[in-house]
Amino acid sequence: MRWVRPLVLLAFAAFFFAPLWSLLDFSTKDFLTGGRTGDHWRALVENQEVRDAIVTSLELAVLTVALMLVLLLPTMIWVRLRVPQASRLVEFLCLLPLTVPPLVIVVGINGVYSWVNYFLGGSALTLTFVYVVLVLPFAYRALDASLSSIDVTTLAEAARSLGAGWLTVIARVVAPNVVSGVLSAAFISVALVLGEFTFSSLMHFDTLPVRIVLLGKGDIGASMAASLATLLLTALLLVALSLLDRRRSTRAE
Amino acid sequence: MLGLLPFVAYVFVFMVVPTINVAIGAFKDNDGVYTLDNITGLFDSTMLHTLWNSVVVSGVSAILGAVLGMILAALVVSAPATSLLRRAVMALTSVFAQFGGVTLAFAFIATVGSQGIITLWLAGHGGFDLYGNGWLYSVRGLILVYLYFQIPLMVVVFVPALEGLRPQWREAAISLGATRWQYLKEVAIPLLRPAFLGSVLLLFANAFAAYATAAALVSQGQIILPLMIRAGLTSEVLLGRQHLAYAIALEMIVVVAIVMTAYALLLRRTARWLR
Repeated sequence: MRWVRPLVLLAFAAFFFAPLWSLLDFSTKDFLTGGRTGDHWRALVENQEVRDAIVTSLELAVLTVALMLVLLLPTMIWVRLRVPQASRLVEFLCLLPLTVPPLVIVVGINGVYSWVNYFLGGSALTLTFVYVVLVLPFAYRALDASLSSIDVTTLAEAARSLGAGWLTVIARVVAPNVVSGVLSAAFISVALVLGEFTFSSLMHFDTLPVRIVLLGKGDIGASMAASLATLLLTALLLVALSLLDRRRSTRAE
Repeated sequence: MLGLLPFVAYVFVFMVVPTINVAIGAFKDNDGVYTLDNITGLFDSTMLHTLWNSVVVSGVSAILGAVLGMILAALVVSAPATSLLRRAVMALTSVFAQFGGVTLAFAFIATVGSQGIITLWLAGHGGFDLYGNGWLYSVRGLILVYLYFQIPLMVVVFVPALEGLRPQWREAAISLGATRWQYLKEVAIPLLRPAFLGSVLLLFANAFAAYATAAALVSQGQIILPLMIRAGLTSEVLLGRQHLAYAIALEMIVVVAIVMTAYALLLRRTARWLR
């Protein structure tokens, strides 16, 4: 029985790493000669459309993180300090996107986006608004865990008694104490935005995943390269996230 | 209370309004006149077949994912909490659970697609035709690809339940003369059953609502409900009946809501002893 355990683990490892290995192999393969080439990877920086899509996705990631923090962090701090009876409502609203699939929101969003387009124009960056909804459950959990580990009320009372206004309390007293939560929320949001396809493809915006699919019809090697690059970046962000989590949990003990 | 207004208004506009819009749109035709045609359209044979495919993909990937994930979780939990194996598997599963989408579809095309590494290797070593007639792009292929995020998700949600099984219960059972099998059958399995069933439901909902992976893999045709919605929104297949997409979306909300409610009930049962 002793060899069963490692064997089973090995089978799992093969299932999970074979696709990644294949991506690497495929993205460096010269389809004509069968040798190795860096052309597919080079296409990622040289192809103007791919470069634009990468820039769009990165801009969306930054904007989503910014809007998410501006919207969520003050609200969550405010709930803890002034209206604790609303905490269940905020939690419910934040976790709601887990039960309403993005696909459903896409179908019903036409009306809302005709207003968004009316005010802001039809740029791909308007996707930020729906992406904030998408990352809400994950960002909420990260921020909630971080806020629970500090004594928000005492900090706020101390600051208030020294004459600080509410804005100062939120931005300069509480927020700096939950940096690890803010980073966790930001990392998971970036990871989700970089891979997001449902909204962008069905609303006809050219983000990186949309471009990867389009590339797949021509230079499939380049779309494999872009896929692997996205996966590695996502993995890096999520591993950094789990390290942050660990640090927080060891400190809380 | 006023401080909550921006947040609540935002969620209302970008989340609640679209959902209500879907629920109402499902009962309207393209001219905005109320009708039940879209709803009855859900019950024609093509749509029912697509729904069945969706249930098969979600159901099979959920059950297989849950069983395989439970095995992996059990292997991990039996290792000491500080061991490298356990920490590595826990970190990796939380990463892999998020790996759905376009990139995953391409990873599997690179592996077992027509020019995939394993396909070519098998063809070169014994001439075995793994690609067949393109099963990767059918229901079976979707199940395989979905397992890539279902198994890790199961590990993530099931490890806490396994950790909740206290060693004292096992020791108590053994000291009362129970065999290893009796302990499993009389103590561990009954305790874990709600958590396991709950996880299956969570995995089902996860697969049922997934769109990106399937959309990137199956560029033409609509074998499952999410792809049928794509056809309704983008192509001419359902010309003049775009509002059918609203009805399918409503169907999706209803299925996911039922499954998630059952999940929440089972979770409450688990929470009674899992502390």
